[in-house]
Amino acid sequence: MWTIFRKDLAIERRTGEILFSLLLLALLVVLVFAFTLELERLREPRLLGGLLWATLLLAGTLALGRSMLLEREAGAWTALALAPIDRGSVFLGKAAANLLLLLIAAALVLPVMAILLGTSRLAPSPLLGLAILLGTTGMAAVGTLGAALASRTRAREVLLPILTFPLLVPLLIAVARVTSAGLVGEAPAAVRPWLVLLCVFDLVFLTVGWLTFDHVLED
Amino acid sequence: MTAALWLVFVVVPSERVQGVVQRIFYFHVHLAWMAFGGFVVTAGASVAYLARGSRVADRLAEASAEVGLVFTSLVLITGPLWARPIWGVWWTWDPRLTMTVVLWAIYASYLMLRRLGGRDEVILRYAAVLGVVGVLDIPLLIVAIRLWRGIHPAVMLSEDPDAGLTDPIMMWTFAVTGVALALLFAWLVALRMQFAALDDEVEALTAEDLA
Repeated sequence: MWTIFRKDLAIERRTGEILFSLLLLALLVVLVFAFTLELERLREPRLLGGLLWATLLLAGTLALGRSMLLEREAGAWTALALAPIDRGSVFLGKAAANLLLLLIAAALVLPVMAILLGTSRLAPSPLLGLAILLGTTGMAAVGTLGAALASRTRAREVLLPILTFPLLVPLLIAVARVTSAGLVGEAPAAVRPWLVLLCVFDLVFLTVGWLTFDHVLED
Repeated sequence: MTAALWLVFVVVPSERVQGVVQRIFYFHVHLAWMAFGGFVVTAGASVAYLARGSRVADRLAEASAEVGLVFTSLVLITGPLWARPIWGVWWTWDPRLTMTVVLWAIYASYLMLRRLGGRDEVILRYAAVLGVVGVLDIPLLIVAIRLWRGIHPAVMLSEDPDAGLTDPIMMWTFAVTGVALALLFAWLVALRMQFAALDDEVEALTAEDLA
């Protein structure tokens, strides 16, 4: 698992391709929000949580598709399938690499959003960090599995969001609430059910991906 | 089916409060149950396909998802027709409505994967994985949406003794439409499976011809 993780990160370090496109896309999405929605309303700190996840979802999906496409190119997929390792670890490795990229993106995009949108009355608490960690984990798990499933078809760029968005609905509902709570400094107790839901979501999709990758990687 | 239609439109008295539109409910409720059942069948058949690789299981999964999606679409069409005069709006973000529309999207994406992927062995396996993942998402969805919002009528469990299905004819109609729609569902699924089997045969024959 760690080998796959390091391999993906090594590729990323050399090319910087995915992270760069992820950040640029995220910035563009923020600009779209600024141009299309009423700026006065966007200052509301509770909105920032939702906007952050909409941005990450749109930008992240496109970037995650890339990471799976790299495997499809140059026959790396067959090599992965033949490698004497547990196929579930291939999933966990790739998901971990994607998670790291999403985390970096979230950490950079959030302050930029707050500045550009001029969000007022922010009181970030540690809960915010937890929300971002749990949210990106679930997104990485579903995104990695979805990208693998879509990678064999034509029109995979279109198919990936079609596959992942509906599956991510529970995560998005929960994480937007928890993130907003973290941004305005609400007590974690107020959002406990949401936190539990996020943990369960992450666990379920990491496990399912780990178990089903056996079938996915068998070409 | 004809008997059911006759019961719904001619025999059954209209409900006291809601009037004629209430008749749509005889279809709406069963369609919803069938649709959700269909998705569970898809998941079960997907597991069977992953475990044993039987073509029949795969065809059942596909057929059931397809008919399920049609039924879900009908639920989403009959719902607003009823809601507009009764609730005053076409759509509201009530838990069950939200659930249904998200489920619809999950299974539309499932069928989309199959269409775009072709009939290749690998895609069938991918679709089966998605069939399983889709059903696992349902409990999480239910919890998330319930926490998020919490006005859907629970007609059967209504607390007002005068409301709901009091008349025995209503009960009968409800039961008969249920059976009729269940048969329709099964028949459509069987038909769709036959079609898939024929399709496979044609493909095999074409491959033979080309060889």
